[in-house]
Amino acid sequence: MERKSESLRDAYGKTLVELGERDPSLVVLDADLSGSTRTALFGKRFPDRFFNVGVMEPTMMTIAAGLALGGRTVFASTFAVFAAGQAYNTVRQSVGYNRANVKIVATHGGLLVGGDGGTHQMLEDIALMRSLPGMTVVVPADGPTTRAAILAIASFEGPAYVRLTRENLPVVTDGTFALGRAGQLREGTDLTIVAIGSMLARALDVAEELHQAGVEARVLDFASVKPADEKALIRAARETGAILTMEEHNVLTGLGALVASATSTTYPVPVRQIGVPDLFGESGDPWKLLDHYGLSQKRALDEAWALLQLRGKVS
Amino acid sequence: MASPEVVERLSASARQIRQDIIRMTYHAGSGHPGGSLSVTDLVAALVFHELRIDPEHPDWPERDRLVLSKGHAAPALYSALAHRGFLDPKVLPTLRELGSPLQGHVDRRKLSGVEASTGCLGQGIGMAVGMALDARLAKRPSRVYAIVGDGECQSGLTWEALMAGGHYALDNLVVLLDRNGLETDGKTEDLMGIEPIADKFRAFRYDTVEIDGHNFPAILDALAHARATKGHPTAIVARTVKGKGVSFMENQHAWHGKPPNREEAERALAELGGSL
Repeated sequence: MERKSESLRDAYGKTLVELGERDPSLVVLDADLSGSTRTALFGKRFPDRFFNVGVMEPTMMTIAAGLALGGRTVFASTFAVFAAGQAYNTVRQSVGYNRANVKIVATHGGLLVGGDGGTHQMLEDIALMRSLPGMTVVVPADGPTTRAAILAIASFEGPAYVRLTRENLPVVTDGTFALGRAGQLREGTDLTIVAIGSMLARALDVAEELHQAGVEARVLDFASVKPADEKALIRAARETGAILTMEEHNVLTGLGALVASATSTTYPVPVRQIGVPDLFGESGDPWKLLDHYGLSQKRALDEAWALLQLRGKVS
Repeated sequence: MASPEVVERLSASARQIRQDIIRMTYHAGSGHPGGSLSVTDLVAALVFHELRIDPEHPDWPERDRLVLSKGHAAPALYSALAHRGFLDPKVLPTLRELGSPLQGHVDRRKLSGVEASTGCLGQGIGMAVGMALDARLAKRPSRVYAIVGDGECQSGLTWEALMAGGHYALDNLVVLLDRNGLETDGKTEDLMGIEPIADKFRAFRYDTVEIDGHNFPAILDALAHARATKGHPTAIVARTVKGKGVSFMENQHAWHGKPPNREEAERALAELGGSL
């Protein structure tokens, strides 16, 4: 299906400038990647409130925390592998344990980093950040949701982590976003597909293919990973009887695990998970990498049919 | 120059803190007496003399900030804060007990007067840099003091943060190094040498002074010097003695993370002019 594609990073940079105009105390930090993360847009507009600290991601987080404890809203950006990986323990203690009002917006999450390869393709960040008490975690699927998510995390006091993607992604939402609320993009009662980030457009394509075959799949945008909309998941389990999850993350510890865990205690149904197997990535064309690691539309469709068979909805 | 009265008063406070450290770690049955005793005089000079803080208004925005980056020296800070009016000294024996505001490593969310939760080393200076930047941006007169340990200077995080303080020329930032020469497993210079440490601070753009960290006139002079320094942050390399004030703990790395038993606590307190 043809859709207009947009840069999530551009949406972030523009929204930061908007926030900077609204809140004169807001400050932004980056670690030598401001062109890529788009915090440079803020830096150009508000040079006095922009600190590009160079290649010191762990200490960027401690400095951000110190700034935030004085009462400011602080945004800190770098690539996901550095924000959640390299800096994990400073995020844990200086930001998380201190409950500092630091918003970590990490770009270049997942396989879509492409050519830079496995060192830079962060596939564990959702697990790491979600495990931190008090940390809000958001994975937007497109530009409009990115803007809404950035505004949403700026509106409360406390730490947050947002994962963005390097590649432009198709616009699939109308930008309606609320923390703790799953967005329903398609109604259906035969099956539910829960997806985040780059996988949401694929989920919609899978649902459309199923529709052509006479099967109606519900599609949930789970951008608000934490707080999670557990009610929507249990409703999906009860009303559709089977769930397929789709994520660009290690399949052991991401969205699929969340969905299986949330439903199993209340209304267990089969949950099949599309995600990166327990592997590091490698260099390659970004979109080919998705297919290579089992995140293809075809594979998702196969899993959907397998689920429908399991539930006796097709023979 | 510090007046004899001020020095006398600070010496008395330091003695009180040292007694508390022994009692607290004895009651807790765990904790870090060695590095708490070495940092005591620095903490006393800051909390009872240098810092503009007010226990009646602990969130006063224009206050000075003290970040104890070596968060394991918590007993020294807890005792000082108690005698400065931030908490009831009766709470001190609850160190490390379930539900106590006195966590094993300082926690700002549990105790007012603690500006930053620390514990995992290498993170305090960065937080202090952030606080100093915040004060400068807001045009507040607040000054920020970070106390770091010498084992902590083996961490790359320490140098990242020091680099940032130098780069931003934060003259409202003072880094105090508790240079007792010992860490958990032995001498810093045997494990991973940090000398020449004063030269390193200078190379990172710190106006650096070296003092005897148990000499109050020297400590107060260094702090006054820091206040007068413009255009650079200040580093104070305070040569100290681990376990200072208790003869059998002095210069013994074994007392880094070991509490005294009853007999040891009684002996230590007798030397410090106190009792259990």
